[in-house]
Amino acid sequence: MKVLVPIKRVIDYNVKVRVKSDNSNVDLANVKMAINPFCEIAVEEAVRLKEAGTATEVIVISIGDKNCQEQLRTALALGADRAIQIETDQNLDALNIAKLLQKIVEEEQPQLVILGKQSIDSDNNQTGQMLAALTGLAQGTFASEVKVEGEKVNITREVDGGLQTVSLNLPAIVTTDLRLNEPRYASLPNIMKAKRKPLEVKSAADFGIDLTARTILLKVTPPREREAGIIVESIDELVEKLKNEAKVIS
Amino acid sequence: MSILVYAEHDNSVLKADTLKTVAAAQKIGGDITILVVGHNCQTVAEKAAKVNGITKVVVADSAAYEHQLAENVSLLVSELAADYSVVMATALTTGKNFMPRVAALLDVAQISDIIAVESADTFVRPIYAGNAIATVQSLDAKKVITVRSTGFNPVACDGSAGITSLDNVINAGISSHVSDELTVSERPDLGVASVVISGGRGMQNGDNFKLFDGIADKLGAAIGASRAAVDAGFVPNDMQVGQTGKIVAPDLYIAVGISGAIQHLAGMKDSKVIVAINKDPEAPIFQVADYGIVADLFEALPELENAL
Ligand SMILES: Cc1cc2nc3c(=O)[nH]c(=O)nc-3n(C[C@H](O)[C@H](O)[C@H](O)COP(=O)(O)OP(=O)(O)OC[C@H]3O[C@@H](n4cnc5c(N)ncnc54)[C@H](O)[C@@H]3O)c2cc1C
Ligand SMILES: Nc1ncnc2c1ncn2[C@@H]1O[C@H](COP(=O)(O)O)[C@@H](O)[C@H]1O
Repeated sequence: MKVLVPIKRVIDYNVKVRVKSDNSNVDLANVKMAINPFCEIAVEEAVRLKEAGTATEVIVISIGDKNCQEQLRTALALGADRAIQIETDQNLDALNIAKLLQKIVEEEQPQLVILGKQSIDSDNNQTGQMLAALTGLAQGTFASEVKVEGEKVNITREVDGGLQTVSLNLPAIVTTDLRLNEPRYASLPNIMKAKRKPLEVKSAADFGIDLTARTILLKVTPPREREAGIIVESIDELVEKLKNEAKVIS
Repeated sequence: MSILVYAEHDNSVLKADTLKTVAAAQKIGGDITILVVGHNCQTVAEKAAKVNGITKVVVADSAAYEHQLAENVSLLVSELAADYSVVMATALTTGKNFMPRVAALLDVAQISDIIAVESADTFVRPIYAGNAIATVQSLDAKKVITVRSTGFNPVACDGSAGITSLDNVINAGISSHVSDELTVSERPDLGVASVVISGGRGMQNGDNFKLFDGIADKLGAAIGASRAAVDAGFVPNDMQVGQTGKIVAPDLYIAVGISGAIQHLAGMKDSKVIVAINKDPEAPIFQVADYGIVADLFEALPELENAL
């Protein structure tokens, strides 16, 4: 079975972004970029399915400008077989990303599409569910376990009250949560090998999809900063302050 | 304007977050309908009918909706959406699961996790783990929105709206529920408690979370955790506070043995008062704490329990 893994190039999770002074957006100039951590977990899961003999081919795909080839190469070094870049300079809404991915699903006919649950830049948490709707497939979001069993896949999901397991007909769409696996590091020989793996570039404009933006980013502002408070010397002082100064306990 | 608000519930209790989503709907303005989708969920519908400021409650009660599977619920909601200009749900795991599916079926964008309403088409939402706040305008005629509860105050519950039942049962037939493994706790929900005490990697193991019990009893607190504590298996996943876990804003948040990574801060920095207990004076958590104490948590926690 084929597994398709959409990955996104985002700011490295260790970096704290700054808002541009004209409030037009955040400043990404000279900022370290990486694979979205949830996408890394998705790649790892697909590669493990291949190592277990369940998957036969792992295809990674990224929609973005030329720079996202860097993240595709990383995914190839982690064990994906081939990569597709859909080239665009536009910052697309999740719905338009999902529409482009739908076309690739139609072309490649994967049995599983594994996405991250959320991009850590836009914090949308939408694309996987939208792709499931557009393809009419079942979805297992926020997965902490993926078990392929014949024509079905069992997904254990991280939900507000704990865990929920659902059974989905294949093909299906999965989105990853943090506990699904711990991604490996790419080894140097694998990084070298990845340079020779196929990476196909397609143009977003060639798909005949109306990619008009559905939302306008009017402005981006910094959050209200919290001031650092005081260091208290003892627990008694802390309790006294919480009672009489902050008045949050009685 | 007519607004459909999806009720967050477990077939028996209407979650308080729905009252905040209704508050967000009121900011947009218009006739508000609460939709209750589930199985044997009549008590939820009756509670929803008491919510102030709504026009009516619509109930879809069927075995096909018992676990609110996204495949089934999204077909129902997108069909009902024909009569509404805005569809809203709380940004908890149920709403996050099915709402983008509704949006795609309606061919519109979704605006996720709004914390404020500027006008009927313009909304405010955090991005980059709350390190930036975006103001976004929606160009779609129909709007699909999820609401972050911490941004809104709950509406009261002394109304009496009418309840209508729907009999369209939609079963997409491509997914089924297998089992639940829910965390049982006597303590208040993380989302509603006025005091939250959270532990991180510094707690060392799950057993040590018992050190919180006496304190939480005295303060009526909910117990949370950092991702590191959940990943290490100290406590279950539903206790994770942060960018990709639960978002809380209690009156008092006590972070114990938590360093204060941006992803953790994203889930708690709108708390009214923050207390940090950490043995490392350089821990970033102190930069957001109103009261910090540099101490070994294994000494500080028993002392705190006694002092309360
Ligand atoms: C995609 C992504 C999403 C994430 N989402 C979340 C999220 O939602 N929530 C979240 O919390 N994290 C999240 N993280 C993880 C986050 O980056 C941090 O790794 C995590 O919050 C660290 O947890 P911690 O503070 O418990 O552990 P550490 O950073 O290891 O800190 C432990 C702290 O305990 C203190 N300590 C140790 N022993 C004692 C003692 N005896 N007494 C007192 N203090 C002591 C130490 O000084 C230290 O400050 C995410 C990361 C990624 C990449
Ligand atoms: N530009 C993109 N290219 C490829 N995959 C993407 C892109 N944007 C989002 N995704 C996928 O969708 C997931 C969820 O993203 P989001 O809905 O933006 O939070 C990500 O983890 C990726 O798997």
